[in-house]
Parts: sequence; structure tokens; C-alpha cells
Amino acid sequence: MQVTNKLTPFFENLNFERSDNMMVINFGPQHPSAHGQLRLVLELDGELVTKAYPDIGYLHRGIEKMAENMTYNEFLPTTDRLDYIASTANNYAYAHAVEKLLGIEAPRRAQVIRTMLLELNRIISHLFFLATHALDVGAMSIFLYAFREREFAMDLMEDYCGARLTHSAVRIGGVPLDLPKGWLEDLEKFIDALPENIALYEGLLTENRIWKMRLEDVGVVSGKDALNWGCTGVMLRGSGVKYDIRKEEPYELYGELEFDIPVSDRCDSYGRYRLYMEEMKQSIKIIKQLIPMHGETEPQLMAHAPQYISAPKEEIMTQNYALMQHFVLVTQGMRPPVGEVYVPTESPKGELGFYIKSEGEPYAYRLKCRAPSFFHTGLLQELLVGTYIADVVTIIGSTNIVFGEVDR
Amino acid sequence: MAQHQVNYASAAGLPVALTSVDKLVNWGRSNSLWPLTYGLACCAIEMMASGAARFDFDRFGTIFRASPRQADVMILAGTLSKKHAEFTRRLYDQMAEPKWVISMGSCANTGGMFNTYATVQGVDRIVPVDIYLPGCAPRPETLQYALMMLQKKIRRESANMNKNTKQRLV
Amino acid sequence: MRKYTPKDNVQGKSYYTDRFWVAPRIPREAVEEDSHFANVVSALKKYAKETYIEVGQLVVHIKPTDNISVLSLLKEKCGYSQCSELSAVDYLARDSEFEIFYQMLNITEAKRVRVVCRIKQGEAIESIVPLFKMANFAEREMFDMFGIVSNNHPYLKRILMPDDWSGHPLLKTYPLQGDEAASWYEVDKIFGKEYRDIIGPENRDPAKIDRYDTKRFSRVGYEVPFDADISDGEKENPIEYSKTLMANYQKSSKQLKERR
Repeated sequence: MQVTNKLTPFFENLNFERSDNMMVINFGPQHPSAHGQLRLVLELDGELVTKAYPDIGYLHRGIEKMAENMTYNEFLPTTDRLDYIASTANNYAYAHAVEKLLGIEAPRRAQVIRTMLLELNRIISHLFFLATHALDVGAMSIFLYAFREREFAMDLMEDYCGARLTHSAVRIGGVPLDLPKGWLEDLEKFIDALPENIALYEGLLTENRIWKMRLEDVGVVSGKDALNWGCTGVMLRGSGVKYDIRKEEPYELYGELEFDIPVSDRCDSYGRYRLYMEEMKQSIKIIKQLIPMHGETEPQLMAHAPQYISAPKEEIMTQNYALMQHFVLVTQGMRPPVGEVYVPTESPKGELGFYIKSEGEPYAYRLKCRAPSFFHTGLLQELLVGTYIADVVTIIGSTNIVFGEVDR
Repeated sequence: MAQHQVNYASAAGLPVALTSVDKLVNWGRSNSLWPLTYGLACCAIEMMASGAARFDFDRFGTIFRASPRQADVMILAGTLSKKHAEFTRRLYDQMAEPKWVISMGSCANTGGMFNTYATVQGVDRIVPVDIYLPGCAPRPETLQYALMMLQKKIRRESANMNKNTKQRLV
Repeated sequence: MRKYTPKDNVQGKSYYTDRFWVAPRIPREAVEEDSHFANVVSALKKYAKETYIEVGQLVVHIKPTDNISVLSLLKEKCGYSQCSELSAVDYLARDSEFEIFYQMLNITEAKRVRVVCRIKQGEAIESIVPLFKMANFAEREMFDMFGIVSNNHPYLKRILMPDDWSGHPLLKTYPLQGDEAASWYEVDKIFGKEYRDIIGPENRDPAKIDRYDTKRFSRVGYEVPFDADISDGEKENPIEYSKTLMANYQKSSKQLKERR
């Protein structure tokens, strides 16, 4: 056993110098194209990967433990830091799970706003995927282009909730604010300009010879394997299994909206890249349908459930009972009924579910975040075997893992 | 016994006034700060954004380097977990002097909202920090401002590294 | 007298609960006849101890020794081809048991089943890796967080916490801010135990400000040298900001009428 302090390297007693032709290399935990703090221990035969051990936990922050020590409303901003590229998707998944636990439903205007924000976050996340994936593969200009578009989407998020990255734009029982004046026009402008830009990215990449050579037949996951390894989202649909929670188990307004679920049976990185581009187009389609719906709804933003959710500010300021309720809810926190729920939602990465076990206390007894990236990282130990070392980065990029939610 | 050779790098009191040399060296150092791409968590996304099209970090002479050997600044962007701490220290030790550290975001400064068992409560327990950058996550403008403050700090420093390194705690 | 704090559950607790308050329970519905879930229940009849529907999902309580046979039945007979999540809940304080749940998904019917079993403290459970490979990581996480051993797991070791970590963080007996070993973990690992005195204990109070600390804080408007001793007051001469720093941004910057 090695002595593991005083800055001596600690590699789980891996033997780096071996008598056979194999070579063990350590990738990460701080590697520019590891998408965060992934550490891979790869065993190589020449250029071929023969064994891969993903080592995670370098961003473990104890979020599930924090959930047991925070009231339900307190915990909501922490969910921002799970998948920090699309924060609203996490906020929503958590708020939705708690709403299911409480048995309440957000009013329609809140649903319109939430769905809009979710799709906007999907666009932000997919643009980010495209930027980093292209950067890893070697297309620097796509990174700059995609980040340009992403900044406009971030501006929209900022106009709505004030934060660029950690939104907390969704509350349990609704949304805190209505859309600011002129926001829908800005959104429309952004949505109208986006297809042109997506066409630009596709023009640069889709038929690009280098891009195809780097991505085609790299990281092949069969549909059966994808199900077996718990893959969801694009990883599953890229393997020919058509399952999108928005369509199959609709939540919010997805049941009423018209959109398609793109599926690819190529099973490789290229197919998944095409799916991400298609999904962005579908998100544009969804947002286009949502924009006129906002005006048709009643202005109520938070669900009416005085036992769990504070009344609107005007009522708190004018009515005694609403103030008392608010005081109790802020100081003690809401007490949901005893029981357990598991609520899945389709985040940009895949199935993001929250399992909440409540014992009737203001603190969750157990909260388990089912993060899609966690299982995609687990898949790497099988997916990387048999590929070349140069393709490792492509495969990691193509799985679109975010370490905030892998390690939690 | 007369000392014939002055050891410019290690002598604490230098025989000649080197103010102009200081200025020249610091001008060079401060205008080509190459940070290490040390994205840890959420703040890394903002760090990338500040390197991208809109905020354009390159105009400060700041180009992200993937190797600690080529980097001058370590921008610790995000939560540092206890599991990762030793690697941070190792990367810091691998950087060549002169080196500076920017602690970006509340998590890196103090542990921030993650007051838990798995988070290092402030990266200054591990590496000496020059600039603390508040916010969760700080905007790219904040990072730019922090870099400008660091440039200011470097220009104020003496080019003689011994004077600066003596104050480092750990 | 010191305040009594229970040691078996050190997680967040409500500071006030009404004496007469009884927590309501989410209604548990019976399984309807001729539904998809009814078929599942009849397929699992041999193993199920208790079945009901909670928030639209079927919950099946089984014996922990039956987990492999139940899950393989679900996978092969009922079409539950994916296990989305698997983890444990700590009931050691109340029942000295762990509750383990398996969250199953049927892709064709879009239905979800939760298989729940309880094991005693110190017992192990059979690994489901031969059935669902996703359990490879999930069971390692369960081992890391709760110390629950999965038998016949191909590579059971810690996953999120470092290998030389002590304690299992998600147990109710483990405090949120970590135990003694956790608080010194990074110092011991990097510098060694003898550096504990130099670096000092962690500051767990986020509101703490040391006014005389000139290493980490500088006073706004006053130039204080790094690490200077200011306990008997600092020099009272404010910094003069240079003219270039106080640029008039209203005048010098260009404001765009609309976004380009």
C-alpha cells in the first residue's frame, strides 16, 4: 500500500509499468475535454482501449444529504447546481415531484411559462452540447458560434429571472413572476433567428468530411444495451428506442402541444448529434405554439393551496390570515403528506426523476435524484472498450454528461 | 570576501534600483496571463462563456491552457470537493512560478451554499488565493474584472519573486 | 444541563410541531381489475407481500431474498425492460432496517413499478447486475452512501467518496457537515496531520467575518498591507482612486438601440 499523503500520487495501486504490452493511462480528473471532473483509468493495447474504469465523485457535494436538512422550499435553489447547464429543468423536476407529493397543480399561466422556460433551457443545453462537443472533436469555430446564440437565450433567461446560470425560475406550485413586458417579443425574435443559425451549424458540420469521420460508427450503443445500462433521453433515442417522457407520460402542457420525437437507429455519435439538432428544431416549434397561449390564460401564477403555498404578496400584505400562513410556511416549512413519489421528467440530458420519501415532516426523509448522466457515465466502462484512444473524447462528448448531476 | 556575482533571483536586497525592470517585467506578466482550464462546476460554464464570442477573454491576452506547465493563473471555477483537493494542490505545484490563483464563485471562496461533509470550505485551505470573486455563479463580467484586478496587483508587485513568495501561507 | 440531542438521527428536524397534528397520508389505491397493473400483480402473486398504487405507480413489497426472481419476472414477462433507479432509505433509527427500492419502467406501456424490500442492518442483498447493468453504478453508490453490500457485484467499492473515506454519508447518524475525519480529510491527505495546527479548523459559520483579518479581507477605501496587524487600528487615510479608473461609462460607452 502506498503512503497517500504528502503529495504522493495515489492510483489505487495500479501498476503503470507492466511486462505485457498494455499501458495504463490516467485521464482526468481535470482534463479539458472530460466535461467536468471525470477521471478515466484506461488500459491501452497500442491505441486500442481494452479496459476503462470511469472514476467519479470529484464533484460530490452532498446534495441529497442537504435535501434531508432543508425544508422543501429551501432546497429548490440547490437543484440549480445539479445540471447547471439547464437549471430550470432541474428546478422544474423537483418542483413537479413535490407538487405530485402535495397533490396540487400549477395554474395554467404558470404552466405556459414553465413549459416555455423548459424548452428554452433545452435549447441552451443543446447549444452548449454542440459547442463543447465540437470543441472536443476539433471544430473551434462552432464553439464560438454556438456560444453566441446561447448568450441570446441566456439574456432571455436573465430578463425573466435575473440569473444567467442558476435560475431558480420555478417555484413549488407555480412560478414567482409573470413574464416581463416585451419578453415574448424578444423570445419570438430569438426563435425566428435560431433556425437560420442551426442551418449554419448543420451546414458546417453535418456533411463535413472530418466531422463525419470522427463521429460515424464511434460509440455504438445498441438499443438493448441502452435500456440495460439505464440510458435515457437522446442516448436511448439515438439507439432506435422511441421513448420521450414528454410524449409518453406527458406533464405540464406537453399533452396539448404538437411536436415530434426524433429517433435515430444509427446508434452512433453522429446519429446522436443529428438528434440534438432535430430536438432544437422541435423546441422552436413548441415555443412557437406556446407564445399565443400565454395571453389566453388567467393571470394567476401560484396554485391555491393555503396549507402548503403562501398566498400572493398582495394578500399577505392585506389579509391577516394569509400573513399568518406565510409566516408559518416560511419559518417552519410546508408539511407534505406521508408517502413516497417518483416523478420522472425529460430534462435535456434524459430522464431526470426525483424520488421523495416524506414522513410528514418539513424535511424530506429521503430524496434521491435520478440523474441521467450518472448512468451514461456508467455506460462508458463498456462503451469505451474496443475504441481508439482518439475516440474517447468524442464518446464522452457525445454522451453529454454533466458532472453536477453525476456526482450530486 | 567580496561577492563578485550578484544572484539577482534570490538576493533579497538588490544592489541596483530595478523599478524600470519591474515595470517591464510586470507589463509582460500582467498582459499575458494564461489561465489553466480548471473548470470544476457551474462557474466553469461562465468561465467558458467569458472565453467565448461575446465576452472575448483573448483581448486581455488571456488564453486558456490545458497544461499547468504553461499556465500562470489558476482560475478555480466551482466547488472543490475533498476528493478533488489533492489534485488541485498537485496541479498548483506543477505550475511554474510566478503563479496566481483566482478563486471564482462562492463555493471556491468559502464552500458557499454547500456547507456539507464533501466540500472543501474555501480553497484557501489548499492553495494561496490572490483574488476572491463573489457570486453564484459570477457573471463573465465579474471574471473579467477579477482578471483586471489581478493585472493591477501584478503591476504593483516587485518583479523579484522572492519578495512575493515569502508571504505564501501553505 | 446540556440539551439532549438524539444520536440516531441527526438530520434536520422541525423545531415545533403541534401536539395534535397528525400527518395525512397519500391515498393508496387498490389495483383495478383488467388494467395493466392487475396483470403485473397476478404475475408477481407468488412473491408480493403487499401491492397498491401510489401516485399512479404500482408499489410492490417483496422479501429481499426474492429480488432477483421478481425483477427477472418483471423484465421477461411484464416488459419492464429498464430499471431507472435503485437506492435505499435509512430506517435504522426506527426499525433498524434499510428500505431498498427498484424503480422499473415499461417502455411500451409507459408504466412504472416500484419494487420495495427491507433488509436488516448488516444484511446484504443480491446484486441485480446480471439483469440490469445500470445497477453496476447504482449499487456501488448504495454501498458508498449506506454501506449496504450487494452480493456478487463485479466491482463493489466506493464510487462518490474517496476510497479512504470513513463513514457512509447518507446514514441518518452521519451529520451533514461531516465527522471529525471528514473535516480534516483534505489537510491530512495533502499536507499531513502536523499541518492541522497551521491551517486551522474549518469555518462552518457562513456569516463569520474577522474584522482584523488582513489576509482574506481588505477594508474598502483603506489601503491595508497584506497580513498586517491592525488590531490597534489602521491608518486612517483613504485611497485616492485614479482618474482613469473612475471612467464615465455613460459618456464613453455606446448604447445599442436594439439587440443585433
